[in-house]
Amino acid sequence: MIVLLLILIPLLGGLVAFFLKDAGLARGWSLLVTLATLAVSLAAIATKQHDALTFSAPWMGSLGSSFSIGLDGMGSLLCLLTAVSYPIILLATWRSGHRKASNFFGLMLLTQAGLIGVFTATDALLFYFFWELALIPVYFLCSGWGGERRIPVTFKFFIYTFTGSVLMLIGLTYVYFQTPDRSFSMESFYAVAMSNATQSWVFWLLFVAFAVKMPVFPFHTWQPDTYEQSPTATTMVLSGIMVKMGLFGVIRWVLPVVPTAAYQWGDVVMSMAVIGIIYASIIAIQQNDLKRLIAYSSIAHVGLMAATVFAETHTGLQGVMMQMFNHGINIIGLWIVVDIIERRYGTRKLSELGGLAQKAPGLTILLVIIAFANISLPLTNSFIGEFMMFNGIWNSDVTQYHAVFTALAGLGIILSAVYTLNMIQKIFFGPTTVLTEPARDLAGNERLALGILVAIILFFGVYPQPLLNLTDGFVADLLKAARYSNLPMK
Amino acid sequence: MNTLILSALSGVVMMFSGFLLGSRSAVRTLAHILLLVVIAGTILELRGIEIVHIDTRGMMVFDRFALMFMLVANLCTFAFFALSSKDMERVGSNYSDYFALIFFILSGIVLAASFKSLLILFLGIEIISIPLYILAGSDKLNLKSNEASLKYFLMGAFSTGLMLMGIALVYGASGSFDTTTIHATQAVPALLVAGMMLLLFSMAFKASAAPFHFWTPDVYDGSPTVFTSFMATVVKAAFFIAFMRLFSDAFSGLAPQWKLLVSIMVALTLFIGNLTAVFQQSVKRMLAYSSIAQAGFMLLAIYSLNSDAKEGLLLYAAAYSLATIGIFAVLVKMKDQSFEGFNGFARQHPVVAGALVIFLLSLAGIPLTAGFISKFYMLRATIDGGSLGLAIFAVLMAAVSVYYYFRLIQSMYFKDAGNAVEVPISAGFRATLIVLAALTIVLGLFPQLLTSWLYF
Repeated sequence: MIVLLLILIPLLGGLVAFFLKDAGLARGWSLLVTLATLAVSLAAIATKQHDALTFSAPWMGSLGSSFSIGLDGMGSLLCLLTAVSYPIILLATWRSGHRKASNFFGLMLLTQAGLIGVFTATDALLFYFFWELALIPVYFLCSGWGGERRIPVTFKFFIYTFTGSVLMLIGLTYVYFQTPDRSFSMESFYAVAMSNATQSWVFWLLFVAFAVKMPVFPFHTWQPDTYEQSPTATTMVLSGIMVKMGLFGVIRWVLPVVPTAAYQWGDVVMSMAVIGIIYASIIAIQQNDLKRLIAYSSIAHVGLMAATVFAETHTGLQGVMMQMFNHGINIIGLWIVVDIIERRYGTRKLSELGGLAQKAPGLTILLVIIAFANISLPLTNSFIGEFMMFNGIWNSDVTQYHAVFTALAGLGIILSAVYTLNMIQKIFFGPTTVLTEPARDLAGNERLALGILVAIILFFGVYPQPLLNLTDGFVADLLKAARYSNLPMK
Repeated sequence: MNTLILSALSGVVMMFSGFLLGSRSAVRTLAHILLLVVIAGTILELRGIEIVHIDTRGMMVFDRFALMFMLVANLCTFAFFALSSKDMERVGSNYSDYFALIFFILSGIVLAASFKSLLILFLGIEIISIPLYILAGSDKLNLKSNEASLKYFLMGAFSTGLMLMGIALVYGASGSFDTTTIHATQAVPALLVAGMMLLLFSMAFKASAAPFHFWTPDVYDGSPTVFTSFMATVVKAAFFIAFMRLFSDAFSGLAPQWKLLVSIMVALTLFIGNLTAVFQQSVKRMLAYSSIAQAGFMLLAIYSLNSDAKEGLLLYAAAYSLATIGIFAVLVKMKDQSFEGFNGFARQHPVVAGALVIFLLSLAGIPLTAGFISKFYMLRATIDGGSLGLAIFAVLMAAVSVYYYFRLIQSMYFKDAGNAVEVPISAGFRATLIVLAALTIVLGLFPQLLTSWLYF
């Protein structure tokens, strides 16, 4: 039942928000709804009753599908990320003053319902439903409230993801016809045995949708533009939570369903991911626009996670899960800072910024910590995640090239230090410019939002055990389903 | 049989109502009442109650599938009446005749949905087509409308000729008009194959499947918009039902002979319909090409011919008709029928624009809408039939269709109106649109509300 609440609260809350004509009221209501969702998701993690974590109701029986949702380790973690991020996002953009606020917040909450639906669905058709449901409100958010070039950019984003997802639908339907009991349920999907050639087909049909969403090189071209043009709150949702849908999809619906193909194409995907890491990092170094810099940095980080997923090791996968959570937290922090800078100084260009360290010490300290997390320095949350991922790639026995991949991905870390430190230097040090001269420090809501994020970063940097405990059992089960059952291992 | 008798009688009554009833609103009310009577007749028949029992000597069969489709067609016609019957006044002076013609078309649809003899098929197709030629040209003073009518008539007459020739050849080969007795023995006679091909081509023409689609954009564009709405939805769906019945009853044994051809037609129709729709500047023309594109998806049902395809075609007919009738009803009211004409529409009429979004999402095949679930049925049927490649091609084309459907959404929501004219929209119209939009979503969530009637 708890898990149903997780979807219902934001769904109904979002529908109500459309009818709250007063902007302040809609905003307050949304914060309340997201806090309620957060409380429920914490309760879901704390609860010992496992019955409460699954829910199933008949729906579309003639199509072999049912409304089945459930929380496992990975699902809980990502639901937690969604639930934690939303109040912080709302808090950080508290004073953005959106036009037609009721519609804006309504759509934001509907997106949350869709996201949680994706993370909890244990039925393939239902998963597809939620996958699209999370996309439609985002389309309206970006097109309605975004920057100047929002319409073509959002359209590109939409067409990319939609094309990917319809191919995924074909893949899922194909697998459905291979299941012994003609069912879309996850158990039946995991029990399917297909020939190697078929698996390859299905693998690519499914993987393209997830690769677009992550995005993995060369499917990434929609991403920097979309991040740049979307309203900040939506960019945070997109980059903090939505890109995780891609990784999640691979882990849940690709590895265990087509294990042989995942093994067969693992090297190809890992190569794509590693190329993406280096390519995106180099472009990030060249960027003068803060939003685009962070967008490319995100491609690099997600690339590492994608590569590690296909290394298929226990440590690596646990690292990926940790990092999915941490990357969400860190990048939302970065966007908050960009938003503050843009609203206050009217520019996102690095060349027009400078000298903020003296003017805004609070902002400086918080950003520096978040930036350190972005380059995975020890004591920050991503250090542990990235360390585990590197460990995973290095020790992987499904690829022969683990040393090459580890070395190249490691280069990505160094490059990330280059662009992140460069960014800090240009924003905070050096002489002040005309634009940054009348600087003020953080407002209360911003201080609170960033403070919470930094607290989370430091807490999980020192004590990551809760996250590891959450995913340990799940990863063990996953690897059992994905590898040793029907693979002729060397 | 109820539906046939009642709709034919209603047509006759409407013809005379023109000079018996003084006001146009009385004519309109009468048409609504008569259609409700027809719907009631269909429902009674679904429950097994017939007003008069007529022995058709095996020339017609009123099975669940036929009856359900009649119900869907009648209900969609009712939605069409509720939304657009007022706008028919503006077409010309023969107001009551338009209703009469539509009722005749409905009786033709009954024949086309329930034939078991090729003669009845021919009668049904002709009874549908001839009133359509008239409706297409009903805007007598408009040159484009005349052109549409003439073009439709000439092309339609030609395809009718093909159909007759096909029926004759099939009769020659099998010695019977009964669709269920046309069996292929070990050696398939060339005569039968030739006849079947001619029937295939003429049905493809009626259903506007490529490469027989060339009349469609001109006819749909030239006809008065209210009638295009009817032509592109209920009538087109009826042709598909007839198409499906013909091929599943008579020619399923000849599958090796036509499968490849139909699969090429599917691919061509999807490709031409979607790609051309992308470049249209007028919403009406875009919808004409979109109807070709949607026909490509419906053709998948004929290609696969399994139980999924049957249920799916019924759902598709309902989903596609509901959405398209809704969009056309709004389009009729617009002064400027290009995409720019819709700029800023959402600010003017938020509720109507919201309903339009649901219709467009349904046509594009986004989940939660009836359009998605009916497309999904088609894909399932195709994949089950072993044609993964065709299914992939179809969804890629569906992704293209997003481009032109979403263009309308962009115009309505994200572009500012320059000096848009206020479009008058009544409360009743708005309420009807909301009901249609709600139906689209309900069908998208619970398709079994419709499909389970096929069996129980």
